[in-house]
Amino acid sequence: MSVSASPTDQAAVQPAIQIDNVSRHYVMGESCIRAVDDVSLTVPTGEFLALLGSSGSGKSTLLNLMAGLDRPTSGAIHSGGRNLAELSALELARYRRNTVGMVFQSFNLLPRMTLEENVELPLRLAEVERSERAARVREALEHVRLAKRTGHRPSELSGGEQQRTAIARALVNRPKILFADEPTGNLDSATGEAILTLLSEIQSTMGMTIVMVTHERHLAEKFANRLATMGDGKLLSTSTNSSASDVSPRATAVTGQ
Amino acid sequence: MKLRDMTELAVRNLREAILRNSLTTLGVAVGVASLVAMLSLGVGLQQLASSRLNKSGLFDSIFVTAKTNLRGPGAGPPATRAASPKARPLDEDARAEITKLPDVIEVYPQIRFFTEVHFDGKPFATVVAGMPESSKQSGSFDGMQGSFFSSANADEAILQIEFAKELNAQTKDLIGKDLVLRYAERQSLASESGGTAQNSGGFSVVPKEKHLRIIGVVETEPASGFGGFGSGRLLIPLPVAETLRAAQVNDLRDVLRSGSSPDKPAYASLSVRVKSPSLVDATEKKIKDLGFSAFSLLDASKSLRIFFSVFDLLLGIFGSLALAVATLGIVNTLVMAILERRREIGVLKALGAADGDVKQLFFVEAGVMGLAGGVLGVLLGWLIGQALTFATNVYLKRQDLPGVQISSVPLWLIAGAIGFAVLVSLIAGLYPASRAAKLNPVDALRYE
Repeated sequence: MSVSASPTDQAAVQPAIQIDNVSRHYVMGESCIRAVDDVSLTVPTGEFLALLGSSGSGKSTLLNLMAGLDRPTSGAIHSGGRNLAELSALELARYRRNTVGMVFQSFNLLPRMTLEENVELPLRLAEVERSERAARVREALEHVRLAKRTGHRPSELSGGEQQRTAIARALVNRPKILFADEPTGNLDSATGEAILTLLSEIQSTMGMTIVMVTHERHLAEKFANRLATMGDGKLLSTSTNSSASDVSPRATAVTGQ
Repeated sequence: MKLRDMTELAVRNLREAILRNSLTTLGVAVGVASLVAMLSLGVGLQQLASSRLNKSGLFDSIFVTAKTNLRGPGAGPPATRAASPKARPLDEDARAEITKLPDVIEVYPQIRFFTEVHFDGKPFATVVAGMPESSKQSGSFDGMQGSFFSSANADEAILQIEFAKELNAQTKDLIGKDLVLRYAERQSLASESGGTAQNSGGFSVVPKEKHLRIIGVVETEPASGFGGFGSGRLLIPLPVAETLRAAQVNDLRDVLRSGSSPDKPAYASLSVRVKSPSLVDATEKKIKDLGFSAFSLLDASKSLRIFFSVFDLLLGIFGSLALAVATLGIVNTLVMAILERRREIGVLKALGAADGDVKQLFFVEAGVMGLAGGVLGVLLGWLIGQALTFATNVYLKRQDLPGVQISSVPLWLIAGAIGFAVLVSLIAGLYPASRAAKLNPVDALRYE
């Protein structure tokens, strides 16, 4: 593992996430499934990383581990100076609430709430003052260009609009890292591309670190700074993506196996 | 999450499955209603019974008689008993002395005599009883026709309805009419010159008449204290009865007894009323110390209270059964909600909800159902109580009896029932809430 950065950029390039020899095993009956098997990976701050791999390769499990939704069987995941593997359930919830934002393939908006209320949910959980909430919700919805449809329910929106709402919800608590699990999986290719354009804008304008799981290599190659490919729970390769469009990461770190 | 946000979310969630949650809440309401109705009946009947009993003067009264030596075996020959220094006549002095005791409101004798009444030129035999002023509050005169005595010395009479019907089937027409009381006045014999006190114990009986105006007809038979000898059928103010000096049944016995003088006729018995039932014991003891026999019904009142406590407890248990069933409804509804909202719980957790937040959310939902059910239940229970009272009164009216309030919902019952409903609901929410909190977010999000 090696990290290259100039000494003056030390603070800026402290990795958003550093994964050291992480494994996640599931015991099912007598067999042990190694969903993630001894993976080490560093995600520098500000990077747009795409996790590629076929179904069952362990990419989603790795994402869940990074997002604090799951705990590794062994190994350490450092983020913001803390090892997620050692955090209590409450601290892990606080990490999910304040440090990371999450976008899913199936959007996962609460169907009976309006857009506004869906986006407001993380602010409620974080006990943000009521007076401040409306402004932050509006700001987040403006970011995804949905400011005019705040009163609608998810079912009244198109798939792309729903995913943009989910992105607004992920951004509203001003996280440092955005995790996206197959964000284009339920969308047609044009809409999917529009969503990724939005994510990459967010990366550049907000300096956001983004980790995206996808199986659509062409999209990953178009938008991500770096591609990490998984197979059978192992990290097969990582490669810097020079063809990534407009945005350049502030630091380029390469972690080999 | 803040409680306000939590409550908002909980209410929103409850509204979402409105039918199921309403039915569950209704279940709680029916449970609470049965509890409230049962207990309100218990409380109401107890209040009714104790107010009747308190008004009747049975429990704040002491019945005083002279220490008689006439009953009880093994008390020795009459000679030694008569010599007892404590045997005092129950005369005017004794009455004054008892009146002076602390906490005593009034002391009155039982005056009752057989007599003949002339009304409309016809004679009727009946029993006259003197009513103390306090008997107005006894409740016996509630719902009477006409009115109570205008004053303690008024020459007025109230008729018991059975007797009134003998005079005139239309008892209402009797009010305002006059009748003549023929009675035997007791006059002491003038002492012969040189006679001693020993010889002056006799009296003669002189027939007299007294005009009285009928002012009321009463349906019940008012007890003038207890230890009476059957109720009077023609009631007159006690002071008026005393001035009549009518010959009573026990006069003859008194004459024979040593110590009674004709100037100070002895009373067969005195009723002593104290300020409250709790003072009966002490006063009873003081009267006994004065040298009289005294007894009260306080023990009966105590066992009445015990009876009602057990009665309330049983009613409460029966009422609680329905609430227990309703509790199962809450558990069922919330467990169902977990299954339905598995994904939502996963989303909440992914967005940063701690286990505690999820637990509290389900807890608040259970609490809101309990609160709503409790409030609705109290209302329902009160209505049931009112309905029972109404039905009872319809029945009583058919029997020509005055109406009563048999159910009572005091403030403590309202607060207690709602509090109990919330508490029970929260307990019912314990299991579903902790189950929801324990959901693994990754599994919950995968759930379709």
